[in-house]
Amino acid sequence: MALDRWIALIFVTFCCAYGYLAFFTMDQLLPPFMQRNPVWPSTFPKVLAVLGALTGLVVLLGLEKPEAGKGPSATDINLARLHEYKIGQALLLLGLMVLYALSLRAAGFLLATTVFLVAGSAILGERKWHVMLPVAMLATGCVWYLVQQVLGIYLRPLPYFMGT
Amino acid sequence: MLEGILIGLSAAFSLQNLLMVVAGCLIGTFIGMLPGLGPMSIIAIMIPVAISLGDPAAALILLAGVYYGAIFGGSTSSILLNAPGVAGTVATSFDGYPMARKGQAGKALTIAAVASFAGGTIGAVLLMIFAPALSTVALLFHSAEYFALMVVGLSAIAAFAGTGQVAKALMMTILGLILATVGEGALFNMPRFTLGLMDLQSGISFITLAMAMFALPEAMFLVLNPQRGASAGSDSNKITNLRFSREEGRAIAPVIARQSVQGFFIGVLPGAGATIASFLGYAVERNIAKGEEQAEFGHGSVKGLAAPETANNAACTGSFVPLLTLGIPGSGTTAILLGALIALNVTPGPRLMTDTPEIFWAVIISMFIGNLVLLVLNLPLIPYIAKILAIPRNYLIPFILFFTLMGAYIGQNNATELLILVGLGVMATIFRFADYPLAPLLIGFILGTMLEDNFARSMQLYRGLDFIVERPMTLGLLVLAVLLVLLPSYRARRARKRAQGVADGD
Repeated sequence: MALDRWIALIFVTFCCAYGYLAFFTMDQLLPPFMQRNPVWPSTFPKVLAVLGALTGLVVLLGLEKPEAGKGPSATDINLARLHEYKIGQALLLLGLMVLYALSLRAAGFLLATTVFLVAGSAILGERKWHVMLPVAMLATGCVWYLVQQVLGIYLRPLPYFMGT
Repeated sequence: MLEGILIGLSAAFSLQNLLMVVAGCLIGTFIGMLPGLGPMSIIAIMIPVAISLGDPAAALILLAGVYYGAIFGGSTSSILLNAPGVAGTVATSFDGYPMARKGQAGKALTIAAVASFAGGTIGAVLLMIFAPALSTVALLFHSAEYFALMVVGLSAIAAFAGTGQVAKALMMTILGLILATVGEGALFNMPRFTLGLMDLQSGISFITLAMAMFALPEAMFLVLNPQRGASAGSDSNKITNLRFSREEGRAIAPVIARQSVQGFFIGVLPGAGATIASFLGYAVERNIAKGEEQAEFGHGSVKGLAAPETANNAACTGSFVPLLTLGIPGSGTTAILLGALIALNVTPGPRLMTDTPEIFWAVIISMFIGNLVLLVLNLPLIPYIAKILAIPRNYLIPFILFFTLMGAYIGQNNATELLILVGLGVMATIFRFADYPLAPLLIGFILGTMLEDNFARSMQLYRGLDFIVERPMTLGLLVLAVLLVLLPSYRARRARKRAQGVADGD
């Protein structure tokens, strides 16, 4: 089974779970005065769950014929060439993003961002530390100044143990 | 009217107001380029500055300049990085980004600037002529019609996704609508599908989803396949061809003309705004284009770039109509403008034109100036803006990822949002691998809340589904939506039948 049909299968399952929540769990909590309304908080999700399951089934069962003679992908991204791609780098970068998300509060914006930018370039194979470090620090400083000082959105600049 | 124009001219051409227009456009363009800061947040940030000016005309002129600038700035990040920071420029990335990847970034930006200019200017002319009359038409649209209009919009997007793709596009649309139901809806005041998580209480933010759907998978693909970035990088080093050819100019001229008018009228409808205008504009142009030109849409078509760019600027102008004539803001952005006006002791509404004509007309005249200033400022800047693509990928990719994260973070100031972003981004990357279109998902998400609100309101007004039969316009629009979805598969089936018939020899 091709990847798109696997996704359709997952989507149909997801719609069933979503529909279960909408049909069987949401209405019990509804206060009596709202039950007299023609439309309930669960009305729209119910409609969506049914429609979603139906369209998911259409994709899953392959009812809609793809256009003949069309290549597998209009873009140059192709699942068949996945083994040629640099999956390791991509996964490392994703991990780095998660790490950044978790450490942003604790380590402070300036430190976390500089480390993120330098580590990101390093993962991609850049080894010119004397360029990477100043660029990352300069960019971090500029963004912090713009966001906090000019736009007035608070970003904690320093690690948690060095004040707010 | 002539008298009004003269009043407006004299007000708008004061030195202070001209400075305001230039400053507004510049600020808007530069902040709008940062993904994550849309016109709404920029205008909100500029309000204290505008109010401190004290002069309502100058304040409104400044904010209008910021508004236009932000929309244009948003287009640049859509075109260059595939990171639309504003819902209204999502459609711009469909063809703008492929053009940039082909090494035509300069041309794409020029077309975007020219199309925006034309859309904004024609919109301003239409605003002058139609503002008084249109306010009455806009009142004819009730929630039932809005609901139907949005259904038409959603099915049009799915229907134009391409042959053999309609079901997939519909699936993505519904997923978008489902994601929009997460959180606390405005109508019911109870949390839904939050899975008990506090962070989902306010729902998934639009910026997070937009970043996850477009910018993140694109960055991931650049990492996965280094050649993908290399070709674009080497070509865009020589951004010599900034101009579009005469043939291309001739091709986009009718598109610009059609889309300025269509975009303007969609913008007039409260609640529709630049986003719907740009998507519908794209869909319409794609549908009426013929053969080869139609196939080019989504792969760097100049028409596909000009259409949403024109439409969203025209719609921005159009959205001033209900604000200025009725005092009803048609979009989030104009709602913030309304707040600013009230703080300046001006009450927009039917009496604005009679009581303080100088404000009304100064704003309209400043729209012309604003568009002109944008064009003059941006055309010389384009080579430098397009240079972004020439940055080595080892630096560019971490920065794209960083701006993606920043965009999601500064909107919510919540680190959990970043984890949601990464999760959704991985999901989007898998979808892209399986050849699912992602734009319908985002559009479904944007329209989901409005769709449900209008649906619920009509249900409550008519105590049930009666509004479908009692309001002919609603029924007509809904029938149109069903036809749009069914038409592609009917056409494909007929084509197959015909092919079989030929094979049988009859």
